[in-house]
Amino acid sequence: MPGILKIALKLLINDRSKFTALLVGITFAVFLMVMMTSMFSGILTRSSSSVYNIGAKIWVMDPAVNNATSSIPMPDYVLSAARSIKGVRYAVPLYFGTAQVKLKDGTYQATTVVGLDDATLYGRPELLEGNINDIYADNAFIVVKDAEYSKLGKPGVGNEFEINDHRGVVVGLAKVASSGLFGIPTIYTTYSRAITYIPSTRFTTSYILIEPKRENDIPAIQQEIGKLGYQALTRDQFVGKISDFYTFKTGMGMNILLMTTISFVVGLSISGQTFYTFILENLEKFGALKAIGARSNELIAMILFQASFTSLIGYGLGVGAASTFMILARLRMPDYAAQITFVILGFALLMVLVIASVSSYIGVRKVLQIQPFDIFRG
Amino acid sequence: MSGTAISAENLVKWFGEGEARTVAVRDASFAAEYGQILYIVGPSGSGKTTLLSMVSGILKPNSGSVIVEGEDIWGMSEDRIARIRLNKIGFVFQDYHLFPRLTTAENVAVPLILKKMNWNQALNVALEYLDIVGLKERAQLPPYKLSGGEQQRVAIARAIAGQPDILIFDEPTASLDGDTGRKIIEFVKAKILDEKRCIIIVTHDSRIYEYADTIMKMEDGKIIGFEKNHAHEK
Ligand SMILES: Nc1ncnc2c1ncn2[C@@H]1O[C@H](COP(=O)(O)OP(=O)(O)OP(=O)(O)O)[C@@H](O)[C@H]1O
Ligand SMILES: [Mg+2]
Repeated sequence: MPGILKIALKLLINDRSKFTALLVGITFAVFLMVMMTSMFSGILTRSSSSVYNIGAKIWVMDPAVNNATSSIPMPDYVLSAARSIKGVRYAVPLYFGTAQVKLKDGTYQATTVVGLDDATLYGRPELLEGNINDIYADNAFIVVKDAEYSKLGKPGVGNEFEINDHRGVVVGLAKVASSGLFGIPTIYTTYSRAITYIPSTRFTTSYILIEPKRENDIPAIQQEIGKLGYQALTRDQFVGKISDFYTFKTGMGMNILLMTTISFVVGLSISGQTFYTFILENLEKFGALKAIGARSNELIAMILFQASFTSLIGYGLGVGAASTFMILARLRMPDYAAQITFVILGFALLMVLVIASVSSYIGVRKVLQIQPFDIFRG
Repeated sequence: MSGTAISAENLVKWFGEGEARTVAVRDASFAAEYGQILYIVGPSGSGKTTLLSMVSGILKPNSGSVIVEGEDIWGMSEDRIARIRLNKIGFVFQDYHLFPRLTTAENVAVPLILKKMNWNQALNVALEYLDIVGLKERAQLPPYKLSGGEQQRVAIARAIAGQPDILIFDEPTASLDGDTGRKIIEFVKAKILDEKRCIIIVTHDSRIYEYADTIMKMEDGKIIGFEKNHAHEK
């Protein structure tokens, strides 16, 4: 390390109380920003869990659908039309609805019911127990073993329950990639059973899932579906649409944005303020350095180094604190929805660099203004 | 070596504009010689610090020129002037201006580090200079643990560590009691001054006049006379 930066470092960290205050400010800001955005990101992922779990390449839906659980049923001709589009390998219906399940103890539990196409079982989950073909047996259902599983009374294979006065038998337990946002269990059955067991409107197809022949066919398929007055979205587009809905059309996005901004402002003011006092206190010394013969860019380098050093350490501490917090939270609540993504890490880093730049900008301005002559005059 | 270290020609400096303008230095010319201690004395506000700042390259005059070892410094870029200050001029300020967060040795090493000497080497050289000012055993202490006189000696060690030819002291004894002040200047004269060095001292302190070779008197921004200390001329 160049000696001048070593001096800068010593000036900074030997001032224990200010250095601590700086670190606390930045760590706190990073911690809050990472927590807020991670929670939001966790919630967004959960809100699209069905889309991830079912895993189809293309989802066809009514354009007004903005969230996987509130589907709008489509007439059957859409399915036939979809099947005849060039580039479609196959197109299958998916039922997606909610029903009240009556448990053995007589209580009711709202449950998401997914009805898979009878012929292909396209979108089937991975089974932990049981055989997928048993889904064709009488009254057969597969229960998803996620965080909400216990709400159904932890049924095993062979257990029974009631669903809209029909008998239901558990024939398998399934594993899914992501649990849902709404805290209700999920069960799978066939499309035909779902629509007979659950009272439905005139139309019964919640979504049409399409497997294209080649990736390149996707745009053409989307266009053709569009001509029918419906919307065909790739998995990522659908997830994006759901995220946009939660981010922009509900209070959630705004609140998170607000909290993140507040954390940022608080962090910026604590550390900006402390850094500013630090510079002010050392101003005469910087002036003396100038008089002795330090060039402006050397002084700038010192300040930038001090600001970025503090910021990066604070960043590390903040991210560490947030991860620790999440790990601890998850130990107590397996269902805790928060995830740190690279985007979040990058975003927090960016914000920290903004804090560092603002602080050093103020510091640099002060230090460049100071005249060695003023030091001389005392 | 003898000859002129610094010469000032017709220096003028004023502050403010219009009604508020105060002329701090009017048409000052003088030369400082190697091997000599030049005092600048005069009442408060007479322009001593202003003049000293112009000749040492930290305050740009409104007119006139300053020649340091043959070069007109005020025609140079700011960075080049900074380099001249670093390489040729050592400063001792009235309030020492030592870094409280660095050790005494690190403080002395600062000009060497600015000269890009590596850290360990700079600290070793700093120790040598602390030894010269008699504070080697204080090397690892922060300066605020030292007495005023000791701090001023650290400041002197810092000023000479880079081996500048010209030393500039502004009121070096003002914050010290009479005895300590005398000792510091006595020390400077005995140990720091040699025929390759020129020392300029601004002072109010008549108790230390006896150590000067030449005393330059200022009043109201003007140099009103020089007085040679004949006791030294042999
Ligand atoms: N930055 C400035 N702005 C305005 N006026 C100034 C400034 N610096 C110096 N002056 C004025 O210039 C004059 C000379 O000031 P200077 O500090 O050089 O005096 P001095 O002889 O060093 O005084 P002292 O013995 O009190 O240190 C004073 O009248 C002072 O008020
Ligand atoms: Mg003065």
